[in-house]
Amino acid sequence: MSVFEIVTEPIIPQAYADYVLRPEAGAVTIFTGHVREWTQGVRTLYLAYEAYVPMAQKKLTEIGREIEQKWEGTRVAIAHRIGELQIGDIAVVIAVSSPHRSDAYKANEYAIERIKEIVPIWKREIWEDGTQWVGDQKKKPGEISHD
Amino acid sequence: MIKLYYFAGLREVTGKTEELADLAGQTVGDLSNWITDQYPDMPIESVRIAINEEYALSTDVLQDGDIAAFIPPVSGG
Repeated sequence: MSVFEIVTEPIIPQAYADYVLRPEAGAVTIFTGHVREWTQGVRTLYLAYEAYVPMAQKKLTEIGREIEQKWEGTRVAIAHRIGELQIGDIAVVIAVSSPHRSDAYKANEYAIERIKEIVPIWKREIWEDGTQWVGDQKKKPGEISHD
Repeated sequence: MIKLYYFAGLREVTGKTEELADLAGQTVGDLSNWITDQYPDMPIESVRIAINEEYALSTDVLQDGDIAAFIPPVSGG
């Protein structure tokens, strides 16, 4: 298993927790991001994620390096799933270990914020009344034609 | 030749996933101009360009064989 990866199969968080655990670690934080059914009253049926895979893996690795430099003694593992994901599925897992809990929490949140800034992954929402790439805010649910 | 990749909603603008362009020796800024000439609907102001899997500056010069990726706003997580 690589530490920073784009995957197509269901994510098993424990595998990433195991990867970052080591004797110096007193804390492990695991964040999992899931496919949400309802967003501001609009029902999502499922999501489709796409990535520029080699660059996405490179950028995830970069985020891991940033964290290990910012918070000494941390170890990081990140995976993002692509393809069609159903409601409740795990889209992303971030595991961080550190000697003390405060750094593990902070570093974990930093990771998701950075993913949303620099990692080339895109989400297409499939609603009851249409679809839209998230990030392209020109259209809103309910305003688009069926496709 | 430079290989161009289009992702997510940009594929609906270009109607293709990738293509080749004869832009070696030109800058990333020139590439932006080229792409908006080819595809007037390209939302270039919200698109970042990556060269060989790294975000590029508009002054970077393209080399023969480079891969340029048009990256719309990302939405992972």
